[in-house]
Amino acid sequence: MSLLTLAWKSIRNRLFSVVLTVVSIALSVLLLVSVERVRHEARESFANTVAGTDLIVGARGGQVQLLLYSIFRMGNATNNISWESYQELRQHRDVAWTVPLSLGDSHRGFRVLGTNGDYFQHYRFGRKQALSFRAGAAFDGVYDAVLGADVARELGYGIGESIVLSHGTGEVSLQEHGDQPFRVVGILAKTGTPVDRTVHIRLQGMEAIHAGWVGGRPTALSRLRRAPDPEALQPKSVTAVLVGLKSPMAVFQLQRYINEYRAEPLLAAMPGVALQELWDTLALVQQALLAISVMVVLVGITGMATAMLAGLNERRREMAVLRSVGARPWHIFVLVQGEALIIMLVSVVLGVSGMYLLHLLLAPWLEQQWGLYLSLRGLSPTECWLLGGALVSGLSVGLVPAYRAYRFSLADGMTVRL
Amino acid sequence: MTNRNAIHLQGVEFGWQQGVPVLDVTELTVAAGERVFVKGPSGSGKTTLLSLVGGIVTPQRGTVQVLGQDLGPLSGAQRDRFRAHHIGFIFQMFNLIPYLTVLENVLLPCRFSRRRRGRIAAAGETPRAAATRLLQQLDLSASLLHVPVTRLSVGQQQRVAAARALIGAPELVVADEPTSALDTDRRRAFLSLLQQECQRSNTTLLFVSHDDALENAFQRTVHLPAINRASRQEVVA
Ligand SMILES: Nc1ncnc2c1ncn2[C@@H]1O[C@H](COP(=O)(O)OP(=O)(O)OP(=O)(O)O)[C@@H](O)[C@H]1O
Ligand SMILES: [Mg+2]
Repeated sequence: MSLLTLAWKSIRNRLFSVVLTVVSIALSVLLLVSVERVRHEARESFANTVAGTDLIVGARGGQVQLLLYSIFRMGNATNNISWESYQELRQHRDVAWTVPLSLGDSHRGFRVLGTNGDYFQHYRFGRKQALSFRAGAAFDGVYDAVLGADVARELGYGIGESIVLSHGTGEVSLQEHGDQPFRVVGILAKTGTPVDRTVHIRLQGMEAIHAGWVGGRPTALSRLRRAPDPEALQPKSVTAVLVGLKSPMAVFQLQRYINEYRAEPLLAAMPGVALQELWDTLALVQQALLAISVMVVLVGITGMATAMLAGLNERRREMAVLRSVGARPWHIFVLVQGEALIIMLVSVVLGVSGMYLLHLLLAPWLEQQWGLYLSLRGLSPTECWLLGGALVSGLSVGLVPAYRAYRFSLADGMTVRL
Repeated sequence: MTNRNAIHLQGVEFGWQQGVPVLDVTELTVAAGERVFVKGPSGSGKTTLLSLVGGIVTPQRGTVQVLGQDLGPLSGAQRDRFRAHHIGFIFQMFNLIPYLTVLENVLLPCRFSRRRRGRIAAAGETPRAAATRLLQQLDLSASLLHVPVTRLSVGQQQRVAAARALIGAPELVVADEPTSALDTDRRRAFLSLLQQECQRSNTTLLFVSHDDALENAFQRTVHLPAINRASRQEVVA
């Protein structure tokens, strides 16, 4: 029988208290790997949201805010870009393509995005993947809508469905554009980005439902009649513009040009830089979270050492018997250390399994509530390091009771005086 | 082991504390294969004597030879190894590891001593077979092999401890009042079984008790106070 088997049998004999220790450490390990995983996945998810766009242009403000409302569909823009500025940008000699974005409406909690056909052609996510259609095709008519994958799935919409948009972006909307319903003509394939939670319509459609509105409210006139020819409607502004350049060399030059644009105050942000800034604002919080979970693991491990130390007195007799059958003091040391090893291994395995279980249970919710797309994958190198660190700390802390047991057994020999 | 003496103490003085001698023995010899009864009142130093023989403590003066080996120059680790290889122990109580089965308890010394495993192999047995045979000879049926020791009676537990002390044929078995927790009948039965086993394998037995009634089962009796000058001094003082 190996010493580890002996340690295991001894543990079984004291199962209740050891289980308590294991549970506390397993929970702390669960917390640690979960925090790390969410951290990592959030970052991946962030970085994958937009690709292939050289500049995001919006009204002057913070670049993080611009990134949030234009790409993440979070929050609202304080100002728009005039149609004239947009046109000028479009025709700039360095610009290869533009995608206008017009935001502000919603459909049952999902943001509505007014844009044009260039969106489906130029928008890239992840590793420069293009959008593709799961069903139907891009919009053509003014009252056509293209749904993100989640919108279609969650609301159970198919091609041909008639939907009514609401003014504003709240869950409960006061103003409905009930008089001008849209028809679903396309459903996009899943991307794992906020695109999945977006309803896409044409800029003209956006304009049509707000025709005659003043200050965000319908007027008597607008209620009376629909626009005679929606195709002829000229949007007065857009919320943001995605810009692709002919040559990436020109990016700084164009950025300066836009930021110093005379006609109106604009901001051009490089997505990578803005993402980094957004990430950095969250870095402190994440690091604090990670530090706290590391601390919790240490507390768990300390608890283990305490329990083991407390148990040693009762186990002195057991160790004296082992000594009498030929166990050397270092055997006793290994026995106690082996217990720490078993506890730590079991806890880590349980903690990691718990993390995967939680993942399976919570992934849909995280995706819906927070737009956080977790991919089911093996342990990352960082996670392995953290787990290894926990194991090593557990074993190091286990040295304390092990050494004490060693001292006991040296002093006690085969006869214990209690 | 060329020496025919199993135990030889010469001019041994020992005290747990400085200036308080517990044992002062001019000479004590136990021949190989001899079965000796050591008696003396409580506190007379019987357990201390066994600790010296087992190399758990070293005397302040004099030499302790076991199986021809002077324990004095050995390091702690060497004494540990020597003890594991050559001496089987039985104590008054709490002999067994409570979370192991009967068989696992008996096999423990084989785990820690290559020498004992080797002797079993040399006899053409497996450790398991040796354990089963010993238990059977000590009147413990095979049905008890895989029972947790906590389910045994005290008498059965002591016999398991005896089987464990004997496994792998150590040259010396040291027993410290192994029968004091048993009633008279069981005591007798245990003693005769232990004696038989030691005789069969020609094992030297050092048996300590303050119970005179057991004395006549042994070849020789050592009355500890008679050879221990420390106790006489104490009495005089
Ligand atoms: N570990 C120890 N530390 C200090 N003193 C001890 C220790 N063990 C024994 N003694 C002392 O040594 C003396 C002899 O003790 P020992 O245990 O050898 O007696 P004993 O003959 O075995 O008695 P009993 O029949 O009660 O077991 C006692 O006075 C005891 O107090
Ligand atoms: Mg004693």
